[in-house]
Amino acid sequence: MTFNAAALLLLIAGLALIGWLAGRARSNLLAGRAGTKLHSRPQYHGWYVALWLFAPAAIFLAVWSSVSPALITNQVLASEAAQGLPSFGFERGAILSDARDVAQGRADAVRLPAAEPLVKPYADASHKYAWIGIAAMLALALAGGLYAFTRIKPDFRARTRVERIVMLVLLLASLVAILTTFGIVLSLLFESIRFFRLVSPAELLFGTTWAPQSGAPQPDTFGGIPLFWGTVLIGAIIAMIVAIPIGMMTAVYLTQYAAPAVRRWVKPILEILAGVPTVVYGYFAALTVAPALRNFAVMLGIPNASTESALAAGIVMGVMIIPFVSSMADDSINAVPQAMRDGSLALGATPNETIRQVLIPAALPGVMGGILLAVSRAIGETMIVVMAAGLSANMTANPFASVTTVTAQIVKLLTGDQEFDSAKTLAAFALGLVLFIVTLLLNIAALRIVKKYREAYE
Amino acid sequence: MTQDDLTIADPKMRAEGVNVFYGDKQAINDVSIDVGTDLVTAFIGPSGCGKSTFLRSLNRMNDTVASAKVTGKIELDGEDIYAPSMDVVQLRARVGMVFQKPNPFPKSIYDNVGYGPRIHGLAPSKADLDVVVERALVRAGLWDEVKDRLHESGTALSGGQQQRLCIARAIAVDPEVILMDEPCSALDPIATAKIEELIHELRGKYAIVIVTHNMQQAARVSQRTAFFHLGTLVEYGKTTDIFTNPKQERTKDYITGRYG
Repeated sequence: MTFNAAALLLLIAGLALIGWLAGRARSNLLAGRAGTKLHSRPQYHGWYVALWLFAPAAIFLAVWSSVSPALITNQVLASEAAQGLPSFGFERGAILSDARDVAQGRADAVRLPAAEPLVKPYADASHKYAWIGIAAMLALALAGGLYAFTRIKPDFRARTRVERIVMLVLLLASLVAILTTFGIVLSLLFESIRFFRLVSPAELLFGTTWAPQSGAPQPDTFGGIPLFWGTVLIGAIIAMIVAIPIGMMTAVYLTQYAAPAVRRWVKPILEILAGVPTVVYGYFAALTVAPALRNFAVMLGIPNASTESALAAGIVMGVMIIPFVSSMADDSINAVPQAMRDGSLALGATPNETIRQVLIPAALPGVMGGILLAVSRAIGETMIVVMAAGLSANMTANPFASVTTVTAQIVKLLTGDQEFDSAKTLAAFALGLVLFIVTLLLNIAALRIVKKYREAYE
Repeated sequence: MTQDDLTIADPKMRAEGVNVFYGDKQAINDVSIDVGTDLVTAFIGPSGCGKSTFLRSLNRMNDTVASAKVTGKIELDGEDIYAPSMDVVQLRARVGMVFQKPNPFPKSIYDNVGYGPRIHGLAPSKADLDVVVERALVRAGLWDEVKDRLHESGTALSGGQQQRLCIARAIAVDPEVILMDEPCSALDPIATAKIEELIHELRGKYAIVIVTHNMQQAARVSQRTAFFHLGTLVEYGKTTDIFTNPKQERTKDYITGRYG
């Protein structure tokens, strides 16, 4: 007998169904007997009983599933057989998990002989806590169900209550994303604080040499400026030089010139482009664009031309961002009232003059918001720069040279062997925090601009 | 001959057998009308009667609606405006338009008025443009109110001022005809009175066609009135005749408020 959460969930769902039927039947019966009108329709009484039956039991189930393994292990450790275990570390963990797998039927026999004596205590403890859990859960389900069942009366406001519960569920769902964000920020923050105990924030933000793994005899240096520069060069300069004009022209064509049939085809294709995994763009950048650019640069005699160039990564990233810019610009241009366009055309302006002098200036705040969002996406983009931009932290304005970015360095610092107490690993979190703050500020600025602009026309 | 004769010997615009379709739906059915040079012509009729649609076909604003199709003949100074040789950009510079809702561009007052002269190259230098802008604003009766804040946004003006700004913007291009599509329907009575006064002053300088659903307004500002109903031109004549002695039963019913 083990504790199978999925099966138990099905069990209480089944009980809830019975509760639903019973609640509905009882409310019908009461209504018939009293000859009065029910406040809520019968199915709401059914839902009320079902929810009371299901929700407390399900919450208990979730809590118990996470708590019971620790309780089981504690009981096993308290047993006589566990006294011979190694006191700490990897081996102890391996023996315990081996015994647990056998005891709970996930493995046929122990791999480590030391686990053998622990199998029986484990099986006993699992058995005991499984029964306690199931009994408590059923008791809760029945208690909840009975409580709800006894409250059913013709004038009982079941609908109000059910709707309040539904609202609560929706609220919880929306909190999940927000709480997760908080969790992410906190975890970043704690690791970053550990990093900043070893290295001062000023060095990270203003230092000009990035050499996290120089090894002895030189000390490691964590000057972030070369990374920030690389990030800005690729994400905010080169990618935007590609994405802004092409995206804007696409939007102008699609909103002002394209026949409906063309628009019907081109828009979905652009949206598909936005859905291509970034790793695919990375291949394209690393295998096609970068070598071609290097050959071109060598032909021109540009020094330091590398097959891992800022230009290759930036151009491909720009292409990736085009649909993003064009769809934001598209929305903004469409949001400019038709009256503006008519007003300009009625003065004898050509469509081209209307677009350049009226529509785009009027749409500009929205477009700017879109561009800020695009920049924030570009500087957070990882795969393309990892594959195409390289890892050498150069401070150069030569777009054919290799540069590195914040995201590429985070990947480098966190892959391979990790020790979570070294400055080199912790630096990744500090970089992540910087990136998070910058993109957060960009997003806030973008949303404010877009919002202000929307208000102007409504 | 006088301008107040019903027959117009030398009309500014002449429409003959005009039909307008939106897709399969016919919005205007066989309308023929002459618009006099020095007159204000009012189009009246119940909502959806096609008066705005017809107005918009006089400067080909219906071209912006993909499904719209115009048949028949509309002439400006004897020239067919739907002929392939007609440049729609030049046509609209000659036949200006003021819309139902004031639609100043989100630019300064100066740039709003200067927009048309700039795109048509009417003012080669900044000094010329200053003159053109001032003259248009004076004619539109807005100069005294805005002369000290020409570089503030046109959208910051009141509704009535915005509409006079739009009229100034149309005047600045020096058109021959000004079409007004219910120019006062979004304005309060005082702003409306100012616009009507302005129309009086503009009469004679431009041929003016005004669509209105306010019959008192038509009576006040126009010399000719055309009554549209269900896409047809029911009656067209001197405004005084239309309002005091309509020939058609339908016109009479509408004017006396039987429907509309």
